[in-house]
Amino acid sequence: MSKKPTTKKTAVRKPARSKKTVAWKRSDGRAFDELRNLKIESGVLPNADGSAYIEMGRNKIICGVFGPREMHPKHQAKPNEAVLRCRYHMAPFSVDPRRSPAPSRRDQEISMVMRSALEPAVFLERYPRASIDVYIEVLEADGGTRCASINAAAVALVDAGIPMRDLVAACATGKIEDKLILDLGDYEDKKGQSDMPVAYMPKLNKVTLLQMDGIMSTKEAEEAINLAIEGCKKIYEVQREALKKKYGIDQNQVKPEKEFQPEEVEEEPQSEEGHQ
Amino acid sequence: MSAHYQDRDLVLPGDVLYEGRIRTGENTFRSQEVVFATRIGLVTYSQDNVYVVALESRYNPLVNDLVIGEVIDIELGEWIIDIGAQSDASLSIPDAVDRPFRTDFIMTRILDVGDTVITKIVDLDRRRTPILSILGPGLGKVYEGFILKITPSKIPRLIGKKGSMINMIIKETGCRVTIGQNGRILVSGPNREREEMVVKVIEKIEQEAHISGLTNRTQDYLKKLKEKLR
Repeated sequence: MSKKPTTKKTAVRKPARSKKTVAWKRSDGRAFDELRNLKIESGVLPNADGSAYIEMGRNKIICGVFGPREMHPKHQAKPNEAVLRCRYHMAPFSVDPRRSPAPSRRDQEISMVMRSALEPAVFLERYPRASIDVYIEVLEADGGTRCASINAAAVALVDAGIPMRDLVAACATGKIEDKLILDLGDYEDKKGQSDMPVAYMPKLNKVTLLQMDGIMSTKEAEEAINLAIEGCKKIYEVQREALKKKYGIDQNQVKPEKEFQPEEVEEEPQSEEGHQ
Repeated sequence: MSAHYQDRDLVLPGDVLYEGRIRTGENTFRSQEVVFATRIGLVTYSQDNVYVVALESRYNPLVNDLVIGEVIDIELGEWIIDIGAQSDASLSIPDAVDRPFRTDFIMTRILDVGDTVITKIVDLDRRRTPILSILGPGLGKVYEGFILKITPSKIPRLIGKKGSMINMIIKETGCRVTIGQNGRILVSGPNREREEMVVKVIEKIEQEAHISGLTNRTQDYLKKLKEKLR
């Protein structure tokens, strides 16, 4: 007799526990496989051959691409292919407290990592002795800037008309409170147990960058890579939209002509006056 | 054996254009039996060929092209000229002066650093460096007007079929327009307003180069601009 109420009690408690596990959310309220809000714009710098601006969460990054052009200094040119040069730089006001504008070891590392993530996508062998320069300026940083920079640089390279095999999309996964999460913010990056940035070419199904900090089991690492690839595919769609938007093809060739017609109607009465 | 897009669809690098045996044209690459795009542009399928008309690309120098460049350096016996290609072009003294060479010859009297020149590509050397010449009608240093830059792949649209577009612009505005194949355009006209008209029209052409019915729309736009001037 006395056992029955206890079983009832546990029966009541159990759903409450499972609710708690379902309700686990990240510090910013996202689901484990949810990206931060993402906005990409192409062709933002008039004097660059190609450019892009990205907002990924609170990251704000601007990227300019120049080339293929003559390499200076000339001795760095390769006789058989172009050289892709990347310069990652964080603005002094991009983080709190202020950061020295001088290039740090971290900047050098990210520049190198970005170069090797983008190189497989570019037909460098078509431009011997030339250089292709990618400049990245981080205006506001909130974790995952290397991935956001790669996303912006890929869009800017296409905007510059550089022949490419595929776009490159990048996204980080990590582990916090023993759970895998996608697209880490600054807090998760710092407090989490592990962090794994992945760059990926969606159409060719190839990974071009894989780094990891912290500790993960083999199984977790495999899951993390797959999670990151899913995230990259979502980012890839946003990149495509950003590039297409410049040509107004979203509305499929109809919109520009429609836009033009009302102007014409407005101007017609004026033209009659002119003739009279 | 199948096309993946409609004719004149916008494609991005990495998009699969065709599967099967087909000749591949510009801005494409083939991997096994699959054809991909390498640049953003409009895909075009012809009978036995698939290619992409690029919307963004840098100038690819070809022999006999008229180009507009800027002198950026002077070396021994040659001027180095930036024509917006992947490598700088060179203009040597025999291609610039039509008289025997003399030891007291001063190169800066012909062209100095910062000058703009209308030139023609006469050759590409072993490193594919363009060799220029300013000997010929209409070539040489530029003294007046201003330079516009557009994407070189859109130059054919600016010229139009048998020059229909550019002739219309010249006729309507009364300006002299010199089109360099490298995407630089020299505009000089009787007054500032007319020159600005050409600039506006060319900017519009660049934005809408990929949409059909361009010449008619440009004609309407020109009329509208003209009426504003009155």
